[in-house]
Amino acid sequence: MERIVEFMAMGGYGTYVWPAFGVVLAVMALLWFASMRGWRKSELDLRALRESRRQEEIAKE
Amino acid sequence: MSMHYFANPTHFTRLAGRIQQWAGGLAAGLLIAGLYLALVVAPADYQQGETVRIMFVHVPSAWMALFCYSFLAVASAVALIWKHPLADMAAKASAPIGAGFTFLALVTGSLWGKPMWGTWWVWDARLTSVLILFFLYLGYMALWQAIEDSQKAAKAAAVLALVGAVNVPIIKFSVDWWNTLHQPASVLRMDGPAIHPSMLWPLLVMALAFKAYFVTLLLARMRMELNLRRIRALRLADRTS
Repeated sequence: MERIVEFMAMGGYGTYVWPAFGVVLAVMALLWFASMRGWRKSELDLRALRESRRQEEIAKE
Repeated sequence: MSMHYFANPTHFTRLAGRIQQWAGGLAAGLLIAGLYLALVVAPADYQQGETVRIMFVHVPSAWMALFCYSFLAVASAVALIWKHPLADMAAKASAPIGAGFTFLALVTGSLWGKPMWGTWWVWDARLTSVLILFFLYLGYMALWQAIEDSQKAAKAAAVLALVGAVNVPIIKFSVDWWNTLHQPASVLRMDGPAIHPSMLWPLLVMALAFKAYFVTLLLARMRMELNLRRIRALRLADRTS
């Protein structure tokens, strides 16, 4: 327990060290999920559009 | 197999999917290792104490800020000269990643500056030129948004990217050319790194993690861009037929 408290304190600089690591991980995670979500959505949209085109082609024949 | 094989968008998509998975796994693994090295293994500095740990996220972020912009500028030049659509997409895809890392370099630098310099911010050459880099990224992204015709947008954005590239050497050498509060380079210097191996290793692992992260997001964003263009082309074909 004492070691954890000491680790978190970072020699008295914990209020600077932890926010620095925190903001890095937060921004990287945010950008990661936003990029992956955007890519997945584009994949589904394209697939749906192609499928609807195919159905139209079949209906025409 | 030549480069032309991968320059074909269909081949690119297939290969990119595989590389993206590997790079994503590598990024996660290296990041966990890097965080452990940076927070637990690396020693505190005899002058800066524990605040020196901020270096392990600040320096790789700053490197990426410059790397992403250099990548963006080269891709823009390729797009302008050879008019290859993947080059446009690569440039566009790298901008938000670069903007993110530039923001992180500024914020972590500020969090390091307060306890060590006694101030969150100074208008010295290094800090100011990096702030300009951040605004360049934002301007570049805004330009893509502002112009409806995607070919015109690509051209205008590429020109802005190349003009803004002047800022890259200014940032790199700002600490040598001007009297700055920011310290000069201690890793990327002509006479080798002036930093102890116990601190160099965590730094390099973090830098590699950020690089792998960049590759992962770049490929995901390029594939998204490619899909969006295919969707637009399909819809356009509707309107003309």
